[in-house]
Amino acid sequence: MISVQSLTKKYGESIVLNIENLEIPKGQSFGLVGNNGAGKTTFFSLMLDLIQPTTGHIVNNGVQVDSSEEWKPFTSAFIDETFLIGYLTPEEYFYFIGELRGRNKADVDALLERFKDFFHDEILGQKKYLRDLSKGNQKKAGIVASFIGDPEVIILDEPFANLDPTTQIKLKGIIKDLAASNEVTVLVSSHDLIHVTEVCERIVVLNKGELVRDIQTSTETLKELEVFFGG
Amino acid sequence: MLKHFLTLEWKSFFRSASFKSNLAIKIFMVFGALYFMAVFLGLGIGAFYIIERQGWGDPLLVVNRFMIYYLVGDLYIRYMLQKMPITNIKPLLYLPINKSKIVAYSLGKTVVSFFNWSHAFFFVPFSVVLLVEGYSPIGVVGWHLAIMALFLCNNFLNVLVNNKDNVFYMLLGIFSLLGVCQYYELFNITDYTSPFFNTLYDLPWMAFLTWGLLIALATSAFTYFKRHMYLDAGLAGKKSMAKTEDYAWLNRFGNLGTFLKNDIKLIRRNKRSKTSVIMSFFFIFYGLFFFTGAVEAYDGPVWKIFAGIFISGGFLFSFGQFVPSWDSAYYPLMMSQNISYREYLTSKWYLIIIATAASTILASFYLYFGWDAYLAVIVGAIYNIGVNSYLVLWGGAYIKTPIDLTSNKKAFGDKQAFNSKTLLLTLPKLILPLGVYALGHYLISPTAGYIFVGMAGIIGFGFKNRVFALIEGIYKKEKYKTIAAYKQKA
Repeated sequence: MISVQSLTKKYGESIVLNIENLEIPKGQSFGLVGNNGAGKTTFFSLMLDLIQPTTGHIVNNGVQVDSSEEWKPFTSAFIDETFLIGYLTPEEYFYFIGELRGRNKADVDALLERFKDFFHDEILGQKKYLRDLSKGNQKKAGIVASFIGDPEVIILDEPFANLDPTTQIKLKGIIKDLAASNEVTVLVSSHDLIHVTEVCERIVVLNKGELVRDIQTSTETLKELEVFFGG
Repeated sequence: MLKHFLTLEWKSFFRSASFKSNLAIKIFMVFGALYFMAVFLGLGIGAFYIIERQGWGDPLLVVNRFMIYYLVGDLYIRYMLQKMPITNIKPLLYLPINKSKIVAYSLGKTVVSFFNWSHAFFFVPFSVVLLVEGYSPIGVVGWHLAIMALFLCNNFLNVLVNNKDNVFYMLLGIFSLLGVCQYYELFNITDYTSPFFNTLYDLPWMAFLTWGLLIALATSAFTYFKRHMYLDAGLAGKKSMAKTEDYAWLNRFGNLGTFLKNDIKLIRRNKRSKTSVIMSFFFIFYGLFFFTGAVEAYDGPVWKIFAGIFISGGFLFSFGQFVPSWDSAYYPLMMSQNISYREYLTSKWYLIIIATAASTILASFYLYFGWDAYLAVIVGAIYNIGVNSYLVLWGGAYIKTPIDLTSNKKAFGDKQAFNSKTLLLTLPKLILPLGVYALGHYLISPTAGYIFVGMAGIIGFGFKNRVFALIEGIYKKEKYKTIAAYKQKA
């Protein structure tokens, strides 16, 4: 589904990302872990063509992302609050994304119904604009919006940060369901080793822009990661 | 403690990201302040003699008569311009500093503001002149101190009524009504207020009363803020009730409608964009300078086209110029969503076209100045639609200033909006149509001039697809730079 070839990103002299080769098959739930500055967000931004690679490229389902826009219909993401339109209510935002992805109001409503539990009555019908919601609730809205329109690739940067424990557990369930379908490729980054080992079939560790571990998740994975980061 | 506060103030000024433009504005403000000081100083010295020479009566009595309007006007200006400095104190709240000290500092800061001491430039020389002219020294000193206290009272009143719009506008309404009544000699409020100000001179000890009032107001402001020093009370930003709106009638335009809906919400729900649109409304009246002959320099025939372009193009210039910066807060979303550049640009283009058409219709009152005047507006509108609408979108690709939708700061001019490329693009926006008109006007006839400009617009309109392809290419090329620039908050 996604293939990365000799991808590097430099700012001046410093190399912030350097991935020689990476293949992510369709339907995989892929976890990216690393310390601050490891290059996780840089990698996701490159995947979304928000920044330009210095060398190399990413191919998403046969589309090279920095030369064609054809990846947009089947890819969705929530990176940070710049993916939210502050002056819209959550409902308006969902419908807006829905319309961009060819889903009418009824489709979007049906999808939102499935996430009623996840929203915990704090998103819909609140008479608030997105900019006035708390950080955690903004994140919930952004994450659910990325599910609209049955995308084949979903990119979530730090989805667990800022969420309360109940919501974290629910989100893990949602991501696991998505991964189970084998239709959707989910890319998740996290600082939380426990969460990421729980939801991802495969975990890649970045360190200072280099790919240093590529692990198929097993019962040993958490320990291995703890040794890596603790050592 | 004060030392700490002052160093913080110093650093916040010199280290702010927008320091340079900030400094430019501040220098500009200093000049404004100097100008007003000079005016006040001149008035203070001159007022006495002017009033005397005009034979309006005892200068002190005259000043006292209008004092009430002066005070209310001062309150009005304060309400509009003087801000309560609360934003900087949030990070201090949890530090081991007494709340009283923080509040006292913030209120103290308002006391030393320009809005207070500027009045001294009028009252000090005026009082000195009174003394020189043989008024009772005790009376003058008492009067002066009392008036000073009243202006400081205004300072604290303003702090207390801050953000209470309805109270404020009610007061404003009452006093403008009273002013009108006085003008038409229906009812004169100064008959009732001037005795009070006169007493301040006659009975100098009255000054203690006004100072008492000042102390009372200052204490109540102090206790009010101390009690409301919580994030959810005095320090909370305003939150408006949100309503989900549909605009289903726009659905028939498909994807374009989706963007148009969003743009309408953008304009309606954000302070900054609202201001721009209101500003663009006033452009409609700009033509009055030209067609009434009010400004001599504008009498040449070519200027009519200039007026026509501004009248119909208010929205184009004030809103269109900042496409795509309006979407700067969520530009990464727009760039990674299922949106093609063409659709995005087309929707903005339609918005400009609709607004230009609406302005043209609203401007039909120029028919009063004859067909000729309105024809200039219509021709200007055609040129705006056919040529300028592309040019602003093109120029927008180079403006990489993020816009903070929720604040009105910088709404009236932003330094970065004037980089060399956008400046170069204003040339065809404003100068070219003048040239085209002049060509027709002087070579053939005025009508030919209009036809030429209109033709230019229509030809431009015909090239829509090709021009859009060109602009699209520029937006794509500038995309990464734009995203990076929008990340840096102003």
